Amino acid sequence: MSVLIDRSTRLLVQGLGGAGRFHTDRCIAYGTEVVAATHPIRAGESETFEGETDPGGVPGRPDRYRVEVPIFATVRDAVRETGANASMIFVPAPFAADAIMEAANAGLDLIVAITEHIPVLDMVRVKRYLEGKGSRLVGPNCPGVITPHQCKIGIMPGYIHREGRVGVVSRSGTLTYEAVHQLSQNGLGQTTAIGIGGDPVHGTTFVDALEMFERDPKTEGVILIGEIGGSAEEEAATWIAENMSKPVAALIAGTSAPPGKRMGHAGAIISGGEGTAREKISALEAAGVVIAPTPTDMGEAMLDALRRAGKV
Amino acid sequence: MGEEYRVRLHEYQSKELLKRYGIRVPLGRMAHTVEEAVQAVRPLMEGSGNPVVVVKAQIHAGGRGKGRFAEHPDLPGVNVVLEGRAGGIKAAEERVRELSKRMLGSTLKTAQTGAEGKQVNRLYIEQGVDIDRELYISVVLDRAAGCNLVMASTEGGTDIEEVAAEAPEKILREFIDPAVGLLPFQTHALSWKLGFRGESYRNGCRLITSLAHAAEGLDSDLVEINPLVVTGTGEVVALDGKVSVDDNALFRHKDLLDLRDLSEGDPAEIEASKYDLSFIKLEGSIGCLVNGAGLAMATMDTIKHVGGEPANFLDVGGGATTENVTAAFKIITRDPNVRGIFVNIFGGIMRCDVIARGIVEAVRQVGLEVPLVARLEGTNVELGKQIIDESGLNLISALDMKDGAKKIVELAR
Repeated sequence: MSVLIDRSTRLLVQGLGGAGRFHTDRCIAYGTEVVAATHPIRAGESETFEGETDPGGVPGRPDRYRVEVPIFATVRDAVRETGANASMIFVPAPFAADAIMEAANAGLDLIVAITEHIPVLDMVRVKRYLEGKGSRLVGPNCPGVITPHQCKIGIMPGYIHREGRVGVVSRSGTLTYEAVHQLSQNGLGQTTAIGIGGDPVHGTTFVDALEMFERDPKTEGVILIGEIGGSAEEEAATWIAENMSKPVAALIAGTSAPPGKRMGHAGAIISGGEGTAREKISALEAAGVVIAPTPTDMGEAMLDALRRAGKV
Repeated sequence: MGEEYRVRLHEYQSKELLKRYGIRVPLGRMAHTVEEAVQAVRPLMEGSGNPVVVVKAQIHAGGRGKGRFAEHPDLPGVNVVLEGRAGGIKAAEERVRELSKRMLGSTLKTAQTGAEGKQVNRLYIEQGVDIDRELYISVVLDRAAGCNLVMASTEGGTDIEEVAAEAPEKILREFIDPAVGLLPFQTHALSWKLGFRGESYRNGCRLITSLAHAAEGLDSDLVEINPLVVTGTGEVVALDGKVSVDDNALFRHKDLLDLRDLSEGDPAEIEASKYDLSFIKLEGSIGCLVNGAGLAMATMDTIKHVGGEPANFLDVGGGATTENVTAAFKIITRDPNVRGIFVNIFGGIMRCDVIARGIVEAVRQVGLEVPLVARLEGTNVELGKQIIDESGLNLISALDMKDGAKKIVELAR
């Protein structure tokens, strides 16, 4: 078991530019079933991907892969012809909001938006548009989602992941890799790792991810990686205190950040004393979450949380 | 972001933008020099019929009214000139001359500038306004709700954070549904609760509607008027104005790029933006070169955790080339406070060999006078390590982030 994606996932790629093409290739090498792409000008053509199979990906495949991905004009066409049920979006920022809404309109179950620098008011409209529709959005401005040895949708290095027991959810890309790497090293492994992205208005939240991991029978514990700004970590703490039966560990980045400065992520800004690392850490601690004092201690904090729950 | 280095607006620029949306602002003129400031007085006094003018320092920081100049500890950043009442234009001009001489080129320190303050290079000379009441109003992004929010209060002129802490019931809120925009019943409710009555009720409604349009039209994550004043005759005027624009939306607001005041930004931060580097200068002694915003923040945290102080936040991003990395390295080493450099890379999209080549190239170009600890992990890590080993440079490698932070803090002592 896992959450969001597994071997049955059929992926559509929106935006086959340089980055889109490169990462689609890496996803195929990992073993992801890429069934379609959309491109307004190249519709009717197909894109060939071939190379050496990523040995860290889906097991039991030949050493080399060669895949012809058909290109469609619209997401609706692609879904009708190929049965795609998930999308990965690399469309440039000015057009990315439209791409997300097109995917939702076509009824895809999962939309993973990798694109960064989408205007925040575009995301406000997207969020409203998604209400009442069956699609789940992850991102934007995120590394994506991976279920080790089953399916990789996104830009994360596949080979650091190991199938295992811990759900990972994070606002930061590179810190997700850091956590995953430590969980692979200490043998805990991951069920699914979800990068929810660093933008102030985004799809899947910490609470959404925690709910999914709580329901997933294979996930034994969750590591949550948050950062300064906003109140998503505080909301997660409240949900954990009220609903979570599984142990949770967390890291909050930005304890040393000066207020009022934007630390790369648009979401990472402390304004008016709200969203400081200290506030977030104490809210999580009060909910019984084990806090990693530095990023190097994330794997250890997860072990500690599992130990306290009698699971190690 | 390269060319599209972030736009921050002065008060006078914000007001000019608000005016485009039908919001009333006082008459005013921007001045770079003492002469320009003096020349602004006559048209303002004649145009407004008000003998009072105000001289306001224009810097990218709030709290100017309460701020004081380093060179003139008794002089605030905003000065009301009353001399025109008795002495007419001549007397007002003389007072403005005297004030501008002291303000221009001096350093204003406010609660938001930090201890070093900011040099004042522009003044805004504005007509006086006859104030009956002072209100607060803003349109701001509410992240939890995922939409814009109109926030208003009858407690104008003070920090909204103070009102929120002391009298939260005095803050009015109306969410803007992006599907339909701010609706008339919401504007009516706000106007009424802000105490607008009779003729001024309509002026209040108009102002609120205009402000919501401005926030949407300008792709703003904050439009704030504090104070919004009601005059003796029931007019509604924006006495101050702050517009903060979403940098990611600049592709559809090219005109706003012309409003950038690059003299306000930190030169290193502007240089960094040319190379797509996200850089913020800090006060410490350990230079950081990291990929990813979260990891960059976490690296600073770790340095602090082991007893050091970071000299900067620097995210080279996912698409950096050897040239970008070289530029990053040069920006870090230019800071005289830097006594050690910590390179912390977890290669995902960013490949370790690209970082390694960038560092080796930069050291060849500018030399290396401080210790450097590198921690590389992730994509192409072996190749990256090999490049550093073969370069013959004296770089120290680290096992993990904490180990690296400890080593560099130790070496920089």
